[in-house]
Amino acid sequence: MTTVSPAAMASAQTDGNGSQMSERPRTRIGGGLWRQALYRVLRSKSAILGLALITAFIAVAVFAPWIAPFRPGDNSWLDQVRPGQYPGPSAEHWLGIDPQGRDVFSRLVYGTRQSLLIGVVSVLLGGSVGVTLGILAGAFGGWVDAIVMRIVDIMLAVPSLLMAIAVAAVLGPSLTSVMVAIAVTSVPIFARLLRGQMLGQRASDYVLAARAAGLRRSTIIFSHVLPNSVTPVLVQGTLYLSIAIIDAAGLAFLGLSSPDPSTPEWGRMLTDAQDALATAPLLAMAPGAAIVLAALGFTLLGEQMREALDPKYHR
Amino acid sequence: MNLLTVRDLKVHFPIMRGVIRHRQVGTVKAVDGVDLDIRATSTYGLVGESGCGKSTLGRALLRLVEPTSGSVHLDGTDILSLREEPLRRMRSRMQMVFQDPMASLNPRQSVYATLTEPLAAHGITMSAHQRQLHVRELLDSVGLPADAADKYPHEFSGGQRQRIGIARAITLKPDLLIADEPVSALDVSVQAQVINLLEELQEQLQLTFIVIAHDLAVVRHISETVGVMYLGGIVEEGAADDLYVQPMHPYTISLLSAVPIPDPVAADRPERIVLRGDLPSPADPPSGCRFNTRCPFRQETRCGDERPELREVAPDHKVACHYAEAILTGEITPRVESRTTVLTGEGRTSPQ
Repeated sequence: MTTVSPAAMASAQTDGNGSQMSERPRTRIGGGLWRQALYRVLRSKSAILGLALITAFIAVAVFAPWIAPFRPGDNSWLDQVRPGQYPGPSAEHWLGIDPQGRDVFSRLVYGTRQSLLIGVVSVLLGGSVGVTLGILAGAFGGWVDAIVMRIVDIMLAVPSLLMAIAVAAVLGPSLTSVMVAIAVTSVPIFARLLRGQMLGQRASDYVLAARAAGLRRSTIIFSHVLPNSVTPVLVQGTLYLSIAIIDAAGLAFLGLSSPDPSTPEWGRMLTDAQDALATAPLLAMAPGAAIVLAALGFTLLGEQMREALDPKYHR
Repeated sequence: MNLLTVRDLKVHFPIMRGVIRHRQVGTVKAVDGVDLDIRATSTYGLVGESGCGKSTLGRALLRLVEPTSGSVHLDGTDILSLREEPLRRMRSRMQMVFQDPMASLNPRQSVYATLTEPLAAHGITMSAHQRQLHVRELLDSVGLPADAADKYPHEFSGGQRQRIGIARAITLKPDLLIADEPVSALDVSVQAQVINLLEELQEQLQLTFIVIAHDLAVVRHISETVGVMYLGGIVEEGAADDLYVQPMHPYTISLLSAVPIPDPVAADRPERIVLRGDLPSPADPPSGCRFNTRCPFRQETRCGDERPELREVAPDHKVACHYAEAILTGEITPRVESRTTVLTGEGRTSPQ
């Protein structure tokens, strides 16, 4: 080792034994900040609650056939249903029977699959298209930026629900069209967010310093600008999962979701429940509560990620 | 031998207005005709008040902002005519230290990555072991412990961050180092350490050094030659000791008269010149001499009509003032206004 002044050695030692160092493991170059962020997320109660909710919903979705007592499309109990009178919770049917004579609990359990799938797929789809557009606009600037942003502006100018309805109407009512519709409406949000972040970072001193050091343009974009710009996009993605689930419910409510009765979905269950709202509110409250809880889980996690991913954040 | 030669460098920024018809409504002349000759391994200090264009000049020399016209030659290479890739390669020979050490370091990059990234960009291949050794040497030379390499900028103090910034600037062993206000964001207690570090490194690495600062004491301490900038142009240039003892341009005279003297007896001397008004807008600079609107020595018509050239008034001492000699000999005295006191002192005018 080269000679280091005693003062420097002393300060190195205090740092080594300091609280901050002992809390995080010896970092390797590159992955260090992300691991620190993970540790910070895991130390927050609300993030744990969010993670627990999400994990529970994923488990329900995966193990649906074992959790649900009946098949979701099974309408064997139609004879128990009278107009305006639906059997409430019982030992056999925990959440009662819907107007079509099906077990509500089983449909709710199976519905977790479609709803989570819609959320994840549409966010991944919309996010990846949006991020690509954002990188294009943010990295090149100039006329590329102008063109991309005008396209995005046009997309933003159309109300998102109207846009989703149009997409779903063109593709016909199906699960895929709901996912595509939600993805399309989310594209401008991700594109704008990332572009704005990148433009902000590009004007920063450390990017100027990177240019002064003679780094290649691609290195500057991908190893300086982008890593400092993606955090809000990741957070937005997590938060948008909850929006996607709610939007999917909205589209299903308008009858644009899959009409297949054997693939229930929470939004569709809400639609089906509206006629019976006065007599059997539980039919609407059960899927409503599921939507709220899933959205809450993603929101809690997203909010905590926002804080944890800031390298300057201390607790 | 001159390492850096600059001729008539201009950086003009267009002022654009209008959404539909985006048109230019004016020009900010941030740097307006600067000549520099900087000897290899010397230190040149550039002083001036905020907004005079000194930072823009520093960045234009490295083409971090594009100059409008003029020429910059580094060791014979015409910097301004280089295309993107040759310019990028050239950057290994000219580096910069920035004012705000926190903002100029990537918060998501470890010190190790910050110091080794430029090597890769300039095709300097090293084994992992060599690289670690290189980083350790760099950290040692800027007075940081070896374990700093694995840390991130937010884990350091302001002075330590500036040391990282300096280490990054010397990782490629440049010839020219431009420091843009290297200590003005630091605590006074740390400023001296960083200044001393820069001086040591300059000697060690045989750097040619341009220090941009508004702090007159810092510039005097570190520089051999000092240039004083006012509104985009250099108004006076000379050897540091010479210029501080015998300022000739009215702007420098008033600037130096504003420096407090740490001597209770000297403090009573009525030699402060208070400049009236603000720095004029560089979008609409005064005609003739840029300083004529605030100059206490202003002479009718010529100062407002004719822009003075930077000319050698004494050996190695250039001044851009029509009346430099007359002011020096006391032929012209500053106008006495209500709150303006007149200059006295070594070889200069006496109170009226």
